[in-house]
Amino acid sequence: MKPFSSLNRIFSNIPIHAALILLCLLWIVPTLGLFVTSFRPREDVRTSGWWTVFQPRQVVGETEYDTYCASCHGADGKEISAADLSSPELLVDYPRSNRLLTALRKDIDGKPHLSDPALPSNPNKALDTLSKILDYMRSLSSGGTAKERFTLRNYADALVGYKGTQDYLTDCQQGVASALAKFQCNSSDLLNPEGMGRALLNTIMVAVPATILPILLAAFAAYAFTWMDFKGRQLLFIILVGLQIVPLQMTLVPIARLYAQLGMQSTFYGIWLFHTAFGLPYAIFLMSNFLRGLPRELFESAYIDGANHWISFWNMALPLALPAIAALGIFQFLWLWNDFLVAKIFLTTQPVLTVQITNLIDPRGGNWHILTGAAFLSFIIPMLVFFAFQRYFVRGLTAGAVKG
Amino acid sequence: MASVTFDHITKRFGDVIAVNDLNIEIADKEFLVLVGPSGCGKTTALRCLAGLEDVSEGRILIADQVVNDIAPKDRDIAMVFQSYALYPHMSVFDNMAFGLKLRKTPKAEIKRRVEEAAGILGIEHLLDRKPRQLSGGQRQRVAVGRAIVREPKVFLFDEPLSNLDAKLRVETRANISKLHQQLETTFIYVTHDQVEAMTMATRIAVINKGLLQQIDTPQVLYDRPDNLFVAGFIGSPAMNFFPAHIRKDGENLFIDGGTFKVKVPETRKGAYISHVDKPVIFGIRPENIHNPEYAPPNIDAQPVECIVDVTELMGNEIFVYLKTGDNLFVARVDPRSRYHVDDKVQVSFNMNNMHVFDRESEIAIR
Repeated sequence: MKPFSSLNRIFSNIPIHAALILLCLLWIVPTLGLFVTSFRPREDVRTSGWWTVFQPRQVVGETEYDTYCASCHGADGKEISAADLSSPELLVDYPRSNRLLTALRKDIDGKPHLSDPALPSNPNKALDTLSKILDYMRSLSSGGTAKERFTLRNYADALVGYKGTQDYLTDCQQGVASALAKFQCNSSDLLNPEGMGRALLNTIMVAVPATILPILLAAFAAYAFTWMDFKGRQLLFIILVGLQIVPLQMTLVPIARLYAQLGMQSTFYGIWLFHTAFGLPYAIFLMSNFLRGLPRELFESAYIDGANHWISFWNMALPLALPAIAALGIFQFLWLWNDFLVAKIFLTTQPVLTVQITNLIDPRGGNWHILTGAAFLSFIIPMLVFFAFQRYFVRGLTAGAVKG
Repeated sequence: MASVTFDHITKRFGDVIAVNDLNIEIADKEFLVLVGPSGCGKTTALRCLAGLEDVSEGRILIADQVVNDIAPKDRDIAMVFQSYALYPHMSVFDNMAFGLKLRKTPKAEIKRRVEEAAGILGIEHLLDRKPRQLSGGQRQRVAVGRAIVREPKVFLFDEPLSNLDAKLRVETRANISKLHQQLETTFIYVTHDQVEAMTMATRIAVINKGLLQQIDTPQVLYDRPDNLFVAGFIGSPAMNFFPAHIRKDGENLFIDGGTFKVKVPETRKGAYISHVDKPVIFGIRPENIHNPEYAPPNIDAQPVECIVDVTELMGNEIFVYLKTGDNLFVARVDPRSRYHVDDKVQVSFNMNNMHVFDRESEIAIR
């Protein structure tokens, strides 16, 4: 019987394990993809998937380039010095294939630019071909196909918020004018208002006080609701907890107006106040429930020992409520970290990470390489927080549901 | 070191009266035990004294000072809770030092007092531990230690032994009695266990349904209960009660229990003469019912016929559950007795230690 029963257990656990593995894969695969991609050079990101990272590099557009361009411009694109296909300056004029198509339609010296062979007559096919040629030209301009397969340049771009045709480090090295116009090319660029570095600081400036404030205030309130006797305690508690149902979106306009009148628009105080106000109801509810679960005698004993409310709050309630505080802190911190809406509206001049990422993306969907680095930068800190406080996380999920 | 007075204390929770017009005067250095069934208001009375509950009416005095409006921390009392209420995040030392630290006692003095208290209780080796690393008995001692170091005027104990196992309870009972002698301070102790009350108290206050039933020394409470409740509550196994009438037959008075009739001793006749033919409750403790063969000499023994229902051998004695008519009662008889279930036997009631209560008012007649 015995070996069968253990076998039985293994089989009966299969659905759970399968589900767990599936969930892990669902999370890990995209994260890993993002992680790997964020270290790949810009051209690789554009032309191949992250899973090909250890396969031999496929050079996109080489055949097309050889067919249409190599005869005049040469294999390295430098044959005609007036039209150096490997120069970044030239490439700036052709961010997309349709611009190139328009240029190629113009005659050169009275003859069609491309006649032997001519481009496919189907415009979609022509654009397709040209975009591959453009890719090849870009790879020519960034030093050809012998480039490194992993790079930190995406992170550099994301940190400073650089959106040029090449990457920030290269452009600074080469002294490209478009880069020098907005960047100092030294460490002060890390605080460039358009970069993720500055956004990271802004997010921390928002998230840390707006996590501590509501939890501290909620702890005070919860203590009062639990251990202090005052008139209307029950009613006040119900009203406060009931405030949870107020949708945040409903208050955006009135509060934005109020802030404008008070001169608090786009200040850190304003957003701290907003997050504190919206974090409090749930925090008070959870903390009260937790404190109510603590033995009454502990506090009575403290009072007899000579503690007043202030002392018993700091010496009893706060240390004993640490699990609840940790759980609340983690959730509030993550919610603030990921918040887009409130930051977008109340902190317009100091973009936080989420807002900055949207600023970095090319409205037509380009700049993937920056996006990957920026995305990874934006969630590395929450990940660390999660792993550091994992066990409180689990406790936080059940806090209030079951005692202890 | 102080006297404590409950002066017409009433405590209501909404419509429920938890404590009803309680009057107790507790002398300095006394060990008073408040005893009663659960929910009788004894703990509420203690909590009122500690200042954890406001009284609805009346005055509480500690050392002749009215403390009704004084906060718990300023009443100079220490309390040991049933759950011990040790601060779980502090070491034993910090638990005991907490009250002293809040009172700004110098560090050296705190250390001296904590170590002294730990020495008295035998917990010196536990000072660095956290409460969760202690056994139940150790926690109980730490709770007592936390009270001792404060050197308060009055110690309050709220059922401090009820979470201990039976053996430890007996041991700790003795230790608390010893502590009382050592500290020479007023102890007020709440329990539902009449054995604890009997063994430790200098005086016992029996409380039922919020009302003080009787307050006196353990011996008086045992020998001369004022009413039916006290008679039934104090003593284990409890006193036997029989609904009965007092009958006069010639010069003699008899207790007529329907199925038995026993003669009242000459010395008691005066007290009962006024209740002739009135319904009463006749009470006699199990230890005053003897097997005639082994009955002690010089008692006024009256024979009663009955049937054995159950016997329990305790070693040093036998508890015999007996039946006469509808009345069930218990006797503690000599272990040499040979009783078998369903035997018809005759037992002797020691009438010198009889009790009679008015059936209506349940007050003792004497």
